[in-house]
Amino acid sequence: MGYLKRSLLQIIPSLLILTLIVFALVYVAGDPVSQMLPENATAEDRAILTEALGLDEPFHIQYLQYLGDMIRGDFGTSYQYQEPALELVTERLAATLTLSLMALSVAIFISIPLGILAALKRNTVIDFLVSGISVVGKAMPNFWIGIMLILFFAVMFPIFPVSGADSPLHFVLPSITLGVALAAEMTRLVRASVLEVIEQEYVQTARSKGQMESIVIGKHVFLNSLIPVVTIIGLQFPQLIGGAIVVETVFSWPGIGRLLLTAIETSDMAVVQAIVFVIALITIVVNLVTDIIYRVLDPRIKYN
Amino acid sequence: MKHKISFSKQLKNIGSRILELSTPLGMIGLITVSIIVILAIIAPWVVPHDPFSMDATKRLTPPFWMDGGSSTYILGTDHVGRDLLSRLIYGSRVSLLVGLLSVLIAGIIGLFLGLLSGYFGGSWIDQSIMRVVDAMLAIPTLLLVLVAIVVFEPGLVTLILVIGLTSWAQYTRLVRGEVLSVKEREFVQSAKTLGASNTHIISKHILPNVLSSFIVVATIGIATAIMTESSLSFLGLGVQPPDITWGSMLNDGRNYIATSWWIATFPGLAITVTVLAITFLGDWLRDILDPKLKKGGDDDDE
Repeated sequence: MGYLKRSLLQIIPSLLILTLIVFALVYVAGDPVSQMLPENATAEDRAILTEALGLDEPFHIQYLQYLGDMIRGDFGTSYQYQEPALELVTERLAATLTLSLMALSVAIFISIPLGILAALKRNTVIDFLVSGISVVGKAMPNFWIGIMLILFFAVMFPIFPVSGADSPLHFVLPSITLGVALAAEMTRLVRASVLEVIEQEYVQTARSKGQMESIVIGKHVFLNSLIPVVTIIGLQFPQLIGGAIVVETVFSWPGIGRLLLTAIETSDMAVVQAIVFVIALITIVVNLVTDIIYRVLDPRIKYN
Repeated sequence: MKHKISFSKQLKNIGSRILELSTPLGMIGLITVSIIVILAIIAPWVVPHDPFSMDATKRLTPPFWMDGGSSTYILGTDHVGRDLLSRLIYGSRVSLLVGLLSVLIAGIIGLFLGLLSGYFGGSWIDQSIMRVVDAMLAIPTLLLVLVAIVVFEPGLVTLILVIGLTSWAQYTRLVRGEVLSVKEREFVQSAKTLGASNTHIISKHILPNVLSSFIVVATIGIATAIMTESSLSFLGLGVQPPDITWGSMLNDGRNYIATSWWIATFPGLAITVTVLAITFLGDWLRDILDPKLKKGGDDDDE
């Protein structure tokens, strides 16, 4: 448990720095007073509101107040919606997380068979083909993939709906769009990790004992090659969420990505701050969880 | 003194090794990137049409090989009748500019902090730098950039600064790791024993040895920055009209995808080809400059 405690303690400075960065940005940007008041407001009106919001305090006092509010779960109220910012975010979080998890499943479903295949057929046409596809997959911008999928599977062959999140069919195109880049990254990794595992002693031993090749691959190679995949999920998670923001726009997905864009366009800083904080927290938790799974899966790594 | 090779000598070696080590993919990358760079520079003189001039009578003209296409507008026109090919060529200027300059900013910050953090490894300087790096890496770069865009007016300069200032953490982490291994080597230790100053050791002994892996990662970083720029421009938060970018062209084309597929298709292809070419170039540079990055081992014995 010592390891877990240490990891949890390391999260705290990271989160503090993060809140400081976001707060400093908002402090520099901040002119919520002009946003909230009508254009014909007098200087006196402004002064009253500034004081009421505590914006006349020095930077460090404001930051401490902000931290205190945050610990109580108060991220402020959205000007736009007149609702608590955190509630707005949590309401839409499920849609974004579902999309991300579906994309992750797509990536796993594509990358593990392809990666294993490429490694087993190393330096053959199949291997080059798989590597080629994964390099191209990483180079395509996700919003373009989304638009091209809409072109082929919603316009030319109207199979899937273009926007919204009402039925299982709505999930198909957005999940593939978001999953492609991750699938490309993971395919390369699975290939490399299978190649490494194949060379290991225990696989050679299993082979020399006369075990069937399919058992060797299934039992030893497959399971062990999953270990680095777990790590990459943790490492790639920020990119996945970042991608979700863009993909949600393409498919009018009702998640926090669209909430964020609206908040940015209207300078709704309470919502922006709440979103950044929630995403960072999720990322850190995902990293911690994948790290623990990694240690459980690989007996060679000790907790301390 | 096998370890200490001057940078100019390294460059000379690289020159001869380019010929020796040319690979098909590396050459494709190098040539494609060169063509894109040259086109971007000479864009005003080579575009077939004025990329800004609108012509309502010519709007939504398809590419030349389709029904209704014309050989004057090879790749067709957009929703206000502007020539797509000319706009694509102009679009490369913004992408390359943002890519190069933002990586320059991120690289300088990342290199400086990485050298500091690695050289004073374990000290409070190292600890505090690495905590900031952890925090920066915990949030998606795109999200950081988006937040920063709220603060400053969207535009070319903002975009370069913001991408540069939010993407340095990965360079710091890389350089720190390299420095940690280089500083244990014999020639650094002996320089220390001889009483050389920290600045001297860092600039003369450590920097030259971490530079090659840094260049490789920075090259790939240009591709990432171009992706970020395109995403932001696609969302309408990047470079603003009338400046032309591939991302905003794609955004224009999105609304016409059901009738005029070419408007959104070609800018996306341009981004993909550019990113792919830079990736090939980067992979190849790694093979030439820094074989150990690929093998994952230490080349101390060479």
